Amino acid sequence: MGEDAPAGTSGMEQPSEDPNVSSASPTTQDTLPRHLDDVEVSRLRADFPILGRSVNGVPLTYLDSGATSQKPSCVYEAEQHFYENFNAAVHRGAHSLAVEATDIFEQARTDVAGFIGAKDNEVIWTSNATEALNLITYSFGNASAGLGGEAARAFALEAGDEIVVTELEHHANLIPWQELALRTGATLKYIPVDDSGALRMDLAGSIVTPATKVLAFTHVSNVLGTVTDVPALVALARNVGALTVLDGCQSVPHLPVDVKQLDVDFMAFSGHKMLGPTGIGGLYGRAELLNAMPPFLTGGSMITSVTMEKAEYLPAPMRFEAGTQRISQAHALATAVSYLQEVGMDRIAAWEELLGERMLTGLGTIPGVRVLGPAPGAARIGTAPFVVEGVHPHDVGQFLDSRGVAVRVGHHCAQPLHRALGVVSSTRASTYLYNTTSDIDRLLNAVSDVRGYFGVGK
Amino acid sequence: MSDLDQLYQQIILDHAKTRHGAGLVEAPEGVASGESMQHNPVCGDHIRLRIQLEGTLVKNVSWEGDGCSISMASASVLSEMAEGLERDEFMVILDEFRELMRSRGTRAGDEEILGDGAAFAGVSKFPARVKCAMLSWVAAEAALLAANG
Repeated sequence: MGEDAPAGTSGMEQPSEDPNVSSASPTTQDTLPRHLDDVEVSRLRADFPILGRSVNGVPLTYLDSGATSQKPSCVYEAEQHFYENFNAAVHRGAHSLAVEATDIFEQARTDVAGFIGAKDNEVIWTSNATEALNLITYSFGNASAGLGGEAARAFALEAGDEIVVTELEHHANLIPWQELALRTGATLKYIPVDDSGALRMDLAGSIVTPATKVLAFTHVSNVLGTVTDVPALVALARNVGALTVLDGCQSVPHLPVDVKQLDVDFMAFSGHKMLGPTGIGGLYGRAELLNAMPPFLTGGSMITSVTMEKAEYLPAPMRFEAGTQRISQAHALATAVSYLQEVGMDRIAAWEELLGERMLTGLGTIPGVRVLGPAPGAARIGTAPFVVEGVHPHDVGQFLDSRGVAVRVGHHCAQPLHRALGVVSSTRASTYLYNTTSDIDRLLNAVSDVRGYFGVGK
Repeated sequence: MSDLDQLYQQIILDHAKTRHGAGLVEAPEGVASGESMQHNPVCGDHIRLRIQLEGTLVKNVSWEGDGCSISMASASVLSEMAEGLERDEFMVILDEFRELMRSRGTRAGDEEILGDGAAFAGVSKFPARVKCAMLSWVAAEAALLAANG
């Protein structure tokens, strides 16, 4: 695609005629190889100027997309284009700019909703996935306090009720539930992992009980890159009438995701991990649920009528979008989505699977390196967590940085999982569509030299 | 010397392995002691450090913890150096070390004052690692306060 990539105008001059954009792309991809390859990726990389820079005098090898992705120039040019031509507050004011800005804003919602298989009114903009998860827990907390009337009773929690999460969760899908449990008296339980970090699905059936009101779990582990068996967990929840909350932070950027197919009630996702700008993420929720939930943040733009005593609220999505919104960011995120669709999510996923295998296999052959996570064969995205015996991850990361290789070190906001794996912290290399096999080889070469540099294992 | 080699000077790597003061020591009956637990929330590194005071004299420094070579070496250097010093002498060293860590690579370590601690000058060029080097010193400062309590 390269220069053919959308140049900041997608969904604006030419509003999409087909709201279900995702169904339009596969036809154009039938002729393309099943996955990306190094040649195609090297063309794509031209769209990401930052990938051309050097660090510490050597070319950058960016393998930290699990933390945040780099962005193609069309994404930030879309923001600039918006500010240069259309900037106005949306959903208020009758002047031309306000109308055009509102169209762009809502078109972005349509595009992103289409990308995850949702309807337009089922995607709420949030600052990030963390806010999306907090939106749910605070709304449920409000329902538990009696707000929202009869319709909201289904979301109320009290002593005796259970919230179930998993030991895989990063802190964003754990702490909001801890807090909700504390506020309502509900009990927080979790499905544990085994020593390798695989979810104990054999125990899940007895942990999810008729008292379970919510089952919240990650689609892809941010540490291990492993893909959760969503259908099995959704079936357990449905069986007992519990609501399901999927954390899509690490899946939506890397895998084709369809919320209707997954049959979850809610899904949180993050914009900046999928080529979009920081400051925007989203929450998917079934329309009938969102419209019955009490609001989280309140204020302007989310009401129908207000007196000095009380207010009536709009339906979703505006019900949950108080105050001036992230307009240019929404537009830029839609541009990112259109970029991903043009490349093709299936092809991205297949490529990253190959890169992931190359990383995991390569790391596994380096003396003194232990790859974390389940044995080969488990479904994983291009994420490789590992420890180097005798060298702390912080030192590993520092050494790799001196070779231009950017990885994440630490506990990756998942302390409980690290405890379960028997380590305090780890090093994580994570790929995206713009990584080449040479990137992986540079990582492997650098990791091979770590123990020698620190004088370990001689 | 590359920035990386300045960061990981041999003296630091040696201390990271030798770890003077590693293993918490109970204070004998009648000896004042103070303790502090410090975390680096970024990486999960942590240290629990205990100081025994005899009057105003630092009698013993011991610690347990887990962390990178910079944080472990720093705790080792501190423990080795602090023992036998007057509390005020130790505070002078601590202030000097902190100034060095804040210098962003603009200062050379003063070996007269810092001893092996001067080898940490290269750390100040890596702002993300300054916290690692400071972890045990912050713990020592708090432990001294607690011992005086």
